Amino acid sequence: MQQYLYLIPAMPLIGFLLLITGGAQFPRYVTAMIGAGSICVSAIIAITMSAQFLLYPPLEGAYHQQLWHWFNIGKLHADIGLHMDAMSLVFVCIITFIGALIHIYSIAFMEHDRDYARFFASMNLFVCSMLLLVMADNLVLLYLGWEGVGLCSFLLIGFWYESEANCMAARKAFVITRIGDTAMIIGLFLLFRELGTLNIREILALAPQHFATGNTTVTWIALLLLAGGMGKSAQLPLQTWLPDAMAGPSPVSALIHAATMVTAGVYLIARMHTIFELSPVTMHLTAIIGALTLLMAGCSAMVQTDIKRILAYSTISQIGYMFLALGVGAWSAAIFHFFTHAFFKALLFLAAGAVIETLHHEHNIFKMGGLRKDMPLIFLTFTIGAAALAAVPFVTAGFFSKDEILWFAWSAQGGHPLLWVTGLLGAFITAFYSTRLILVVFWGERQTTPGKLPSGAMNIPLVVLAIFSIGAGWIHLPHLEEVLPATVLKPAHPEEIIFQSIAILSTSLGIMTGYMLYYLYPHTIRGWKESEGLMAVRNFFYAGWKFDQLYDVLFVRPFVFITQVNRNDVTDKLYTGIANIHLQLNRFLSVSQNGSLRWYVAGVLIGILFIITLQILR
Amino acid sequence: MAPISAHAVLIVAAILFVLGLAGVLTRKNIIFMLISIEIMLNAAGLAFIAAGSRWQQPDGQIMYLFILAMAAAEVSVALAMVLQIHHQHKTLDVEDLRELKD
Repeated sequence: MQQYLYLIPAMPLIGFLLLITGGAQFPRYVTAMIGAGSICVSAIIAITMSAQFLLYPPLEGAYHQQLWHWFNIGKLHADIGLHMDAMSLVFVCIITFIGALIHIYSIAFMEHDRDYARFFASMNLFVCSMLLLVMADNLVLLYLGWEGVGLCSFLLIGFWYESEANCMAARKAFVITRIGDTAMIIGLFLLFRELGTLNIREILALAPQHFATGNTTVTWIALLLLAGGMGKSAQLPLQTWLPDAMAGPSPVSALIHAATMVTAGVYLIARMHTIFELSPVTMHLTAIIGALTLLMAGCSAMVQTDIKRILAYSTISQIGYMFLALGVGAWSAAIFHFFTHAFFKALLFLAAGAVIETLHHEHNIFKMGGLRKDMPLIFLTFTIGAAALAAVPFVTAGFFSKDEILWFAWSAQGGHPLLWVTGLLGAFITAFYSTRLILVVFWGERQTTPGKLPSGAMNIPLVVLAIFSIGAGWIHLPHLEEVLPATVLKPAHPEEIIFQSIAILSTSLGIMTGYMLYYLYPHTIRGWKESEGLMAVRNFFYAGWKFDQLYDVLFVRPFVFITQVNRNDVTDKLYTGIANIHLQLNRFLSVSQNGSLRWYVAGVLIGILFIITLQILR
Repeated sequence: MAPISAHAVLIVAAILFVLGLAGVLTRKNIIFMLISIEIMLNAAGLAFIAAGSRWQQPDGQIMYLFILAMAAAEVSVALAMVLQIHHQHKTLDVEDLRELKD
């Protein structure tokens, strides 16, 4: 079976090549067949392979395929080699399966778009890059996938390039993630200098022998890799690009900015877990960043009015949970939360896309309202997604994964009660804004008359994802313990059931609060809006804790100032100086070129005299 | 006939050359400038002849024949151009003929 490993990323690549070369000529149904078909084939192969993997686990715990040597420079041997162990398996299945569903949804969603082929080409390239990222057996290939997904994210955020705001959002996403990418590549250089290899398995084997725990070098490497992960996964302080990235089409938000690409940072950290374990400082930092991010993004999500921005902030917040889990050493819990989150967040984005489409591109939730009866299927699936996001106990997938993280945030070796409290507060906020979203969008007065309801191709993915948003919680991810170390618990810790009860309580409280404020007593909110202090807090949250303004003051303005000072280009002065000297000489000599024949004769004479004098004097 | 010293002839040639040169530099009329150039050429020719006679070699006279032929060719071309210039500009004053500038 493992000789077919290459087919999984190859299918989307072929699809991309076909669409990018001949896409404009194909009729629409051919484009859709190629675009969605390639991912579906990929998904079928991936699922068959997973079944094989689970039924007959390979001896060394992973499928491996060496395709060819990429390049050899000195000691650096980079191969195109694919590696699929239990963790890659989870990511590959999610990427191909959810990718296929989103592609099917896009067939209908993008139906009337002019650049149908370009959309599917970019999406296919994205899936290919993402698969390379999670299947790479060395960090160079991983980095290729890493940059590939960044590029596709840029292309797809700016998909509707005629509006300037979309292009700015694309640029912002590209530049901010590039900060993280730069840190990451420096980390890779350091890693290569220290260990002499970039093969992931060799690194994981060599690192514990080479570095002592808490070694400065390994801490630097871990910090740089963490920075890379923070950029891609939109964690504090590099989170500002994700809300703006919602400028792209909804399927793009679902696939790239919710289910897959933004969790690349989680994958990277989990993949390099040995390096992180050798640096406890970085682990603590990861947990703290995760906790702060989940709280900050949760607060922002509470007050947003754009349906997609709410979901974007909630994505940042949920990835914060994953970072928190990684930071306390609960590796499997982080992967599990990624797994469940991918389903319900993709579902939420797709359902939101359907709502927006039906309401003639209305993004403001306060202009929706009362959609419960108009679009029952979307209401149902959206509610399931929101319930999973809010971690409604026992019936939803989100509950199981989030509950596990909360429990480990206290009781794991790297855990701390403060982390747990933050996580719990985050859970309360999540439940609150999920309830708010549902109540405002689907209950209340109808504000906008819905247009044509979405067709079957859009409904099927919603239903499938809704089923998984409920069912995925009971799936026990197999064989992860062979890849990721087990979570070490503190010697003395309270029972899990206590934490579970408290988590349930906090979720219920969040839902209750949302229900009271947005359904039973809506005038309370109106009362709050009178108060200046509360409005200031609300605006602060609404602007994403003013990070954009902060960066504007810290980086953008100084940069613009420097460029203004340097408008005449200081370094260019030297070169313009050289040019000016020659211009002056030219002007000086062109005086002699006056067209007077007698001057020329005199010039010749002087020249001859000069040469003769030289000859005589020699 | 007593041989004339080469020294004296060279002095005459130098005087002729300087006269011609002065003519080229001071005259405004192209035809006079051409005549001055001819004088300079003849000065050079005279110097060759003197040198040939001084060393009893035929080379000096051969060089003079070359100069003669060259001067004839030059004058024919130059006079043709003078005709054209006169035809187009109605003047032969070099101070007015400054089109080569720039």
